[in-house]
Amino acid sequence: MSAATRTKLLPGDPQLDKADEGRPAGRSNFLVEFWRSDVGKKWLMAVSGLMLMGFVLFHMVGNLKLYLGAEDVNHYGEFLRELLVPILPRTVALWLFRLGLVAAFAVHIAAAASLTKTNRDARKVPYKSERDYIAANFASRTMRMTGIVIALFLLFHLADLTWGRANPDFVRGDVYCNVYYSFSRPWVAIVYILANLALGIHLYHGGWSLFQSLGWNSPRFNPWRRWFAIGFALVVVVPNISFPISVLTEVIGPCP
Amino acid sequence: MTLNSKVPSGPIEDKWETHKFEMKLVAPHNKRRFTIIVVGTGLAGAAAAASLGELGYNVEVFTYHDSPRRAHSIAAQGGINAAKNYKNDGDSVRRLFYDTVKGGDYRSREANVHRLAEVSVDIIDQCVAQGVPFAREYGGLLDNRSFGGAQVSRTFYARGQTGQQLLLGAYQALARQIAAGTCRLHNKSEMLDVVVKDGRAVGIVCRDLLTGEISRHTGHAVVLATGGYSNAFYLSTNAMYCNVTAAWRAHRRGALFANPCFTQIHPTCIPASDEFQSKLTLMSESLRNDGRIWVPKDPDDTRPPDQIPEADRDYYLERRYPAFGNLVPRDVASRAAKREVDNGHGVGPLENGVYLDFSNAISRLGRSAIEEKYGNLFEMYERITDENPYSVPMRIYPAPHYTMGGLWVDYNLMTTVPGLYAAGEANFSDHGANRLGASALMQGLADGYFVLPYTIGDYLAEHLGESLVPTNDPAFDDVESDVIGRVARLVGNKRGTRSPDHYHRRLGKILWDNCGMERSREGLGKALAEIPALHDEFRRDVRILGSDDGLNSSLEKAGRIDDFFQLASLMCRDALDREESCGGHFRVEHQTEDGEALRDDENFSYVAAWEWTGEGAEPALHKEPLVFENVELAQRSYK
Amino acid sequence: MDLTLRIWRQPDAESDGDFHVYAVKGISSDMSFLEMLDVLNEQLIESGEEPVEFDSDCREGICGTCGLVINGVPHGPERATATCQLHMRKFSDGETITVEPWRATAFPVQRDLVVERSPLDRIIEAGGYITAPTGAAPDANEIPVPKEAADAAMDAAACIGCGACVAACPNGAAQLFTAAKIAHLNLLPQGQAERYRRTEAMVDTMEEFFGSCTNHGECEEACPKEISIDFIAMMNRDYIRSKFKNRKRLGQKKVG
Repeated sequence: MSAATRTKLLPGDPQLDKADEGRPAGRSNFLVEFWRSDVGKKWLMAVSGLMLMGFVLFHMVGNLKLYLGAEDVNHYGEFLRELLVPILPRTVALWLFRLGLVAAFAVHIAAAASLTKTNRDARKVPYKSERDYIAANFASRTMRMTGIVIALFLLFHLADLTWGRANPDFVRGDVYCNVYYSFSRPWVAIVYILANLALGIHLYHGGWSLFQSLGWNSPRFNPWRRWFAIGFALVVVVPNISFPISVLTEVIGPCP
Repeated sequence: MTLNSKVPSGPIEDKWETHKFEMKLVAPHNKRRFTIIVVGTGLAGAAAAASLGELGYNVEVFTYHDSPRRAHSIAAQGGINAAKNYKNDGDSVRRLFYDTVKGGDYRSREANVHRLAEVSVDIIDQCVAQGVPFAREYGGLLDNRSFGGAQVSRTFYARGQTGQQLLLGAYQALARQIAAGTCRLHNKSEMLDVVVKDGRAVGIVCRDLLTGEISRHTGHAVVLATGGYSNAFYLSTNAMYCNVTAAWRAHRRGALFANPCFTQIHPTCIPASDEFQSKLTLMSESLRNDGRIWVPKDPDDTRPPDQIPEADRDYYLERRYPAFGNLVPRDVASRAAKREVDNGHGVGPLENGVYLDFSNAISRLGRSAIEEKYGNLFEMYERITDENPYSVPMRIYPAPHYTMGGLWVDYNLMTTVPGLYAAGEANFSDHGANRLGASALMQGLADGYFVLPYTIGDYLAEHLGESLVPTNDPAFDDVESDVIGRVARLVGNKRGTRSPDHYHRRLGKILWDNCGMERSREGLGKALAEIPALHDEFRRDVRILGSDDGLNSSLEKAGRIDDFFQLASLMCRDALDREESCGGHFRVEHQTEDGEALRDDENFSYVAAWEWTGEGAEPALHKEPLVFENVELAQRSYK
Repeated sequence: MDLTLRIWRQPDAESDGDFHVYAVKGISSDMSFLEMLDVLNEQLIESGEEPVEFDSDCREGICGTCGLVINGVPHGPERATATCQLHMRKFSDGETITVEPWRATAFPVQRDLVVERSPLDRIIEAGGYITAPTGAAPDANEIPVPKEAADAAMDAAACIGCGACVAACPNGAAQLFTAAKIAHLNLLPQGQAERYRRTEAMVDTMEEFFGSCTNHGECEEACPKEISIDFIAMMNRDYIRSKFKNRKRLGQKKVG
């Protein structure tokens, strides 16, 4: 008598096909458990995001020394290499930071990729009519895109100013001149500015979102969370964008 | 048939305690050998299923919703009564008992009501332990309010969503049992018949609403917690799916139907705005605590309400009932509104309402105080009517809301079919001819948490060692073929022209006009002629498109309406038979000089329990005499 | 008013569906949206076409049965309003209205506009309760609950389980639904004993079916009961804590 079959979803239904396979019984290491759970992954994204935010902030502060002149910048660069000497040999502290950053990037990107798959699977049949979003903004809906832009730019940025492969005038250790010569090429300046805008958009959502993911929520400071994100994005992005503009408009003088 | 109410002997305070001791018990290891079917997951059903599962029985739970949490108990707004006396205002079990018997206009069974009042205190404890977020005082203790004209504050509430929170509590308890494996949930399954073998209920037959599959389920006992039948009126405050089918099918299998004409019309609903109105929306009766009800004195007054001066307004409740004023019981308030509208004083575009005015309260207490108390109700009103009740008086009109009648049950909540129980609104037991506000939630949970878990055990203990009737038993075959035949007849009718709703509306109108707030011999006679005729037309002409092997809401509706037709005749029959006025049943022939209900205790102090005698045959009346040993019968007076 | 309706029709769970266009005339602006669909259905039945299946029960915005995506917004254009409480005065004469079912892998369409939502029940079954066997309760006033806490729990408990949060979420996540129940119980003293066990079990079950939260806030906008995403932050925090907490010490009260 029944032609239609009953679609009843139970946990573990293959129809659901989530990114993570079924959870093994029992408790394992809490980091492993974090990784298995979407909420945990978001927590890891927030923590790694905070580390990366710390990095972009200090990176920007360091770069501000461009306005003080070549000597100050290069001195600062040398300071970083000398950090914690003689507790640690030269450049070791810097490398430890770099490793931490690489790990943060890796966790951030891997979690994002895995959650993206999860979220796509959670709505395999999309809406057939046009959605009218109310709260979701441009920033929140383009996190994936801005993230990819930032990651690609990062590779170029490293090739340009750390490894020197993308900068014909590269001189290891001469931070000021490397920056000056790089930004003197207008296309690099434009790429740099666009990437920083992407970073600003990413931070506008991420700088707010991390509070939710970490569960930092209290009526006392909730209204400040959005302002923090806006403030942080501006504090990082505005000075960053000023560097190529200053080079092109010769506010930052030529390489001595 | 003699009706044995099985009320234990002894003083009323001791009856339940004595009975609990005298009932047989089922040992824990034997409980899992019993299967109990629970139909319906409202307050009574979910509470019963969860409690029985907790005890260790195998429980099969059925709901026609996708989730147990959607049962209509969820829509109750006002609160739940309990004789906690937290307010030190003189409340007690005895007072709650007394108020309920009096409020029911002396047509309920004393012993049941007393038990209800006794367990009311346990319900609150239970719900708080489950995490029901009742309103609190600043000190952290529970808050109470006075409700529905009660002279003590015994109503516990969770904003305007008490029913929702209590149901979620019961639903969550049920969910815990589902996870534990003691309860098995069958969602989107509509019970279409009861299987009776050798005079005992042994199972049910259901239709899966998504696939159309007809299935058989066997159990040692069957509990029907399937709600009331206000939707017989078409327009009521009940949810769209509420229906009488489960109870009616049980009735046709031998369960007597008690007091079908005892229906409650709730005074504060939003009037219908057009003929396509699908249902009416109730607004909590608590509004009457601060709102004043009036109509223009001049029937032809077309001025907007704020321009009608005090002198031209008739605050008719305050005028007629100086003591209780706007807080008279529901039946009295409803009839008074009907009288005003019938006399041409109705307000609003369709002249089908009366004003409920808050301007006094707003100027006395301030807008913010009113907003605090009723904000969500005002918002709801504005959403529906597009009028702002802070500046324009609300328009209200009574609407069918609750049915005190239902399957006849004894003190153990067992119907006249052994092994078949009815709980909550589906039974008739506790409210007599009129239910007090905030008592429905109390009764549903009392039945489910604290009565059925004991009384079912008493029945099952006698059937220890008996195995379940297999579902391939001829008893199941017969019932299933009946069900399949009925479904096939409805779907097979390809000559029909009108939708099921069309007939439901027409049935509702006949019932509302003749068996609503006021009933007369003449009107009821007319209805008794019209209903079967319309039923015939319905059977010939209802159009059900699509098939029976998948989701088909027209088919579901048509089956339910078919049963409403049969019930409607019985309601009128019962109303005609009861030559008195009491509670929600008002016969124009029986009223005092100033138009109040006139009871006839000498001749009608009984429960009218009707027996199904076959299609088209006159139902047989059985009487359970009501004996009042603890409450003195008196004319209700609210003057 | 006269309207053009584009309504999703799908014969059963297995078949494909598409939009059908219907004209309805003479609709009163005081009608509710579902009454307008009732009128359409009566027209369809009388013209011999199968009526549009949609789910609705209480029509008072409390049972959570109804739910349609109207012009790209779950529950339609009016804020804090379930579909059944939406009235036609929110639309204009001559408008074309598109109606689609909830879309999520965990909510398969059964027919036309009807979806199956039982995964939400599975989440509650995982731990959305306080273990309080019938009859075992202490006096109701034994445990005082501060009014503010009771009010906050009630705010969360107001959830009607309609699934609009899932339907609205670009990721098909059920975080608002899950968080609301967790917050209702975790905010109350009675809920403390099972707090972390509950949070962990409910989140894990939720993740078997649904997507993850990326903090768009779309759920909060769609919620007919205006449940705040602050509860999601609370859930995240309790979930993370559930991984760290030494539960053997849960009976110890913080002193001082």
